[in-house]
Amino acid sequence: MVGEVRPGTEAPNTHSERNKGVGNGLSTPSPFSVYAIRAQFPVLHRAMHGKPLIYLDNAASTQKPQVVIDTLVRFYSTTYSNVHRGAYALSEEATARYEEARQIVARFLGARSWREIVFVRGATEGINLLAFSLGEYFLREGDTVVVTEMEHHSNLVPWQMACARKGAHLRVVPLREDGDLDLDQLETLLAQKPKILAVTHVSNSLGTVNPIRQIVEIAHAYGVVVVVDGAQAVAHVPVNVQELDCDFYVFSGHKIYGPTGIGVVYGKEEWLDRLPPYQGGGEMIREVTFEKTTYNDIPYRFEAGTPNIVDAVGLGAALQFVELTGREQIFRHEDQLIKELEKGLRAIQGVRVLGAPQKRVAAISFVVEGVHAHDIGTGLDLHGICVRTGHHCTQPVMRFYGVPATVRPSLAMYNTREEIERFLAALEEVIAFFRRGSA
Amino acid sequence: MSDLQSLYQEVILDHSRNPRHFGKPQQWTHHIRGQNPLCGDEIDLYVTLDEEKQVIRSIHFDGQGCSISIASASFMAEHLSGKSRTEALTWIQRFFQMVKTPFTEPLNEEEYGDLIVFGGVRAFPSRVKCATLAWHALESVLKGEGKEVITTE
Ligand SMILES: Cc1ncc(COP(=O)(O)O)c(C=O)c1O
Repeated sequence: MVGEVRPGTEAPNTHSERNKGVGNGLSTPSPFSVYAIRAQFPVLHRAMHGKPLIYLDNAASTQKPQVVIDTLVRFYSTTYSNVHRGAYALSEEATARYEEARQIVARFLGARSWREIVFVRGATEGINLLAFSLGEYFLREGDTVVVTEMEHHSNLVPWQMACARKGAHLRVVPLREDGDLDLDQLETLLAQKPKILAVTHVSNSLGTVNPIRQIVEIAHAYGVVVVVDGAQAVAHVPVNVQELDCDFYVFSGHKIYGPTGIGVVYGKEEWLDRLPPYQGGGEMIREVTFEKTTYNDIPYRFEAGTPNIVDAVGLGAALQFVELTGREQIFRHEDQLIKELEKGLRAIQGVRVLGAPQKRVAAISFVVEGVHAHDIGTGLDLHGICVRTGHHCTQPVMRFYGVPATVRPSLAMYNTREEIERFLAALEEVIAFFRRGSA
Repeated sequence: MSDLQSLYQEVILDHSRNPRHFGKPQQWTHHIRGQNPLCGDEIDLYVTLDEEKQVIRSIHFDGQGCSISIASASFMAEHLSGKSRTEALTWIQRFFQMVKTPFTEPLNEEEYGDLIVFGGVRAFPSRVKCATLAWHALESVLKGEGKEVITTE
């Protein structure tokens, strides 16, 4: 155990750092202090089962900093109205804030233009949008779509559905034992000129970072369109869509300190321009008669109906918060933590870590010999520790490793070394309980 | 670890480590699969029913799951083998009623008898479905529904 250091409490100099610190929208990034960061996340200060809460389920969803919470409250309290509609100042203000959020997303992703940013409910809706619109645009009977064995079900099922609708085939890039994709197989599959490759940037169950730049290069050499699922990546690795050169990139706001119910589809302008709409309704039209409707320009063509205005603004605040904290510093911090976590796990007898990919970020899956993942999860919960147990919506990965379920701790910028140590100590205690039947 | 002990009583740990009536038997009259798709728990239940006498001759099971779902299946197989259909259905209902009783309410030991070792799951709502998986499966067999049972509640 870790003696005097209590992860749930703030470091002594927190207050001065909070005042000048991250998230007030004015200063340049201050030196990285995880305690200053923790001070901004109210929920981290509560207790669970009488212990300080240790939140290690960040791959499922991240907690929200005060600045995001305040942005939502303030927007509802001062600026709220529908967007793009009213001929009155309040609506113009709300519209400006909504569009400003789009600009923030565009800058965050390194997109060429705000027109390449479509707001959706989340990564799942984004992928469904693309599977539908790309499917309608150019998927024909006998065509092929390629996914990988490590995809989250939400980057698999929508493509299965599109293939079923169009009579196309789904092919799968296999996983290797080390948790990396088999890039030789990937190239072999791409050489057969499928229409679409859908691949995750970071695996949510293994933490594997895929070499997207390299994969896109191979895909483009064969004329294959690339859709990247960035749900697990945006908060944990540098993303610049122009450098990656992918055609589409999708993520959810709630996994990067933003609200639920908001997500993003990035698409290269020339691609979005060509695609038919996903849903029909208000906002996405230019002119409607009973005979024919002409559609609005991008991105509005893909935003039928009143959008999730407030959460888009909240997402903007979250991304600014990340920028101000400093992406590089966050990633360096998380990198140290995941290495420590992996080292600690491997040192515990009977723990089997899944995979050893070349680069792993923020999430790691393991099983314990003779103890089921759920029993571990319940034991950790009683220590105030939140981890995910189960198949993590990646049943093919579980099948690949021959396990029914895993325990998956996953990190965010606010986790500390002390928390990792406490997690490892608690895990050993829980394992001992189930081994001996008492502790 | 006292909380953990209140959920994982010795009886439960013992049943999960040494499950009774475990493994596919040579013969049976009814087979059903119980699944908990959220956890990946899967239990195959093999039941021999004497239709004439309306008695459960034997219950066996096979599969994988957490210690709560395995212990619960083992406990059920042991306690309900040999019971009449009506008696077994009564015990199943009693089990469901018990795990639905709020944790703050004490359980009546006379009413629940040996079942009471599973009373601890009431403090862990996410684990109740683990405890009920096998019982739902057996209920389906006894009611002649025979469908695959999927617990997600
Ligand atoms: C890799 C990956 N893709 C997609 C999703 C789906 O995200 P959401 O549920 O926010 O739509 C997740 C979420 O768990 C994920 O981890």
